[in-house]
Amino acid sequence: MLELIIVLTLVTGGVYALLAIGFSLIFGNARVINLAHTAFFMAAAYGMWYFMRQLGLGVIESIVITVLAVTILGLLAYWFLINRIREHHAAVLLMTVALALVFQEIFLGIFSSRYRTIPSLIPGYSEIFGIRVLNQHLLSLGIVAVVIVVVWLILTKTKLGIAIRATAQDAEVANLMGISVPRTLLMTMGIATALAAIAAVVVAPLWVVYPYMWNAPLVMILVIVVLGGLGSTKGSIIGAFIVALVEVLVGTLMPSGAYLKFMFAMLVMIIVLVVRPGGLFGIVFEEERL
Amino acid sequence: MLRRLLKDFRWGLLPVPGRLIALIFFVALFIFPLIVQTTYPVRVLTIANIFVIFAVSWDLLSGYTGQVNFGHALFFGVGAYTVALLNKYFGLQPWATIPIGTVVAALVGVVTCIPALRLRGPYLSLLTMAFPIMLVYIVMAFKDVTGGEYGIGGIPRLASTPTQEYYICLAAMTASVFIMYKLTDARSSLVRTGLIFHAIREDEIAARATGINTIRYKILAFAIGGLFAGLAGVLYTHVLRATGPSSLALTMSFQAIIWVVFGGIVSIYGAVVGVYTLYPFVELLRRTLIGRYRLLVMAVIVILILLFMPEGVAVWIRDKIERECPRCKLTNAAWRRECRACSAPLR
Repeated sequence: MLELIIVLTLVTGGVYALLAIGFSLIFGNARVINLAHTAFFMAAAYGMWYFMRQLGLGVIESIVITVLAVTILGLLAYWFLINRIREHHAAVLLMTVALALVFQEIFLGIFSSRYRTIPSLIPGYSEIFGIRVLNQHLLSLGIVAVVIVVVWLILTKTKLGIAIRATAQDAEVANLMGISVPRTLLMTMGIATALAAIAAVVVAPLWVVYPYMWNAPLVMILVIVVLGGLGSTKGSIIGAFIVALVEVLVGTLMPSGAYLKFMFAMLVMIIVLVVRPGGLFGIVFEEERL
Repeated sequence: MLRRLLKDFRWGLLPVPGRLIALIFFVALFIFPLIVQTTYPVRVLTIANIFVIFAVSWDLLSGYTGQVNFGHALFFGVGAYTVALLNKYFGLQPWATIPIGTVVAALVGVVTCIPALRLRGPYLSLLTMAFPIMLVYIVMAFKDVTGGEYGIGGIPRLASTPTQEYYICLAAMTASVFIMYKLTDARSSLVRTGLIFHAIREDEIAARATGINTIRYKILAFAIGGLFAGLAGVLYTHVLRATGPSSLALTMSFQAIIWVVFGGIVSIYGAVVGVYTLYPFVELLRRTLIGRYRLLVMAVIVILILLFMPEGVAVWIRDKIERECPRCKLTNAAWRRECRACSAPLR
């Protein structure tokens, strides 16, 4: 029981962390609340299912094609749909919701609402400290850890990362320092979508794939980023594991009340928003210059 | 009195195409059930009338006052469930449930705005989005009281025939839209709320600096928004004779936003046009081959509108057919060469 809780928390938390990092990167930089973020996640899950089960491609090819395709999709969506109306946050929220609905309806139309499953990328289990752990769980954990480290390195060590953080701090001054803000925002969107796609690749064999699968993670991610502080990468990671722990505990200890986890999550979000609008590691955005 | 009305009609209404179209449209709405005798179109327009109240109340709160509410279905659903519960457990009839439900929704509006007053922009939208979702789970948790996902049925009709129901809803819609139009009219000399709502949206700090108690007016906006959205929910429940969790769903909130954005945000007539265009359109789609994809069609329409007509269809059309006189600020038809009052050249 305990080991199950630990493993599930780590895997779920890892997936949420990948999603939440992307979500808060794009919020921190472009001030865009991308409610279609988990729709890209869903698109990648469907991509994995389609390439592996329908076309019978290998694991590596499927992963590469899926992540690339979804990233390009995200870039196109950002450039043609979101970027033009970036200044009006209500319009952006509406646009991203409409985009998510478009994804949902398209998948519903093409693949129907049936639940799809993907086989484990590596079958079997191994024993660690006398605990049996599915290899798929281990693989997911490994990929999540590597990706988080890579993102961290990109953000702190590379020129692109510095540009991204500078833009997040102050887009106008970043522009004056010779950073192309639109290009940086586009790159940020690319990284964010790629993270969502990787999260989907990691978790698709563990979860079921269906056209409404973007709803539940979206609620959780909103809670996580509010808890950790909108725009803070560290906050997103820590918030992801806290929320995952709560979710797994509710799920394993009271299976009948599974739907209550969203209510608890929402309650947490409301309390955090009211008591400490900046979140645990909040970045308080100064009033934008007009 | 009559002479003054006639004068208004002759000089204030006839030369302005927008107002003329609005008048013709309202007259058409009033005689519609007399011409069309079949039940279905009358019923669609009855519900459209109700949704106009809902959409305009969202526009008042989010468009005019700038408190972008992504959970407007909260008020709608609270009104609907209040009516249903009162009727199921106390056997109250429409004349009692309608005012009670409306007032309860307004009170909920006041209560929600207490946490909402601290937040602004996207944070406020997220917070308001959370409330109806939570309420849905509460409804699900108390299945024996609220009927869970099946909702509550068997609520008495508003009136005995569909035509009577249509006229009741039309009257409610006309009255509500007129009241909200007056409340948001920034040029009004009777009520100051319109001007103050605009001020709060444009710059809250500046509004406070000029001595406006913005907190009080934000609470007022939430109360009015809740009141009219609640009225819509109450009427909707009585017309459909049932209520369910769908009245609280996120899609309900987003529908209001979609209608208003389609017609034109921060304009009462935009919301009206949005509902009367999109709602019957989607109902028509339901009966055709692509009825399965009506959500997709809606979403694509929203995306296209946001990209190419961000001011909304109604506002876009108005700008095409009307022009403001550069000298006396009077509205003229776009095809006139000179202003109808001061004869200043218009182009």
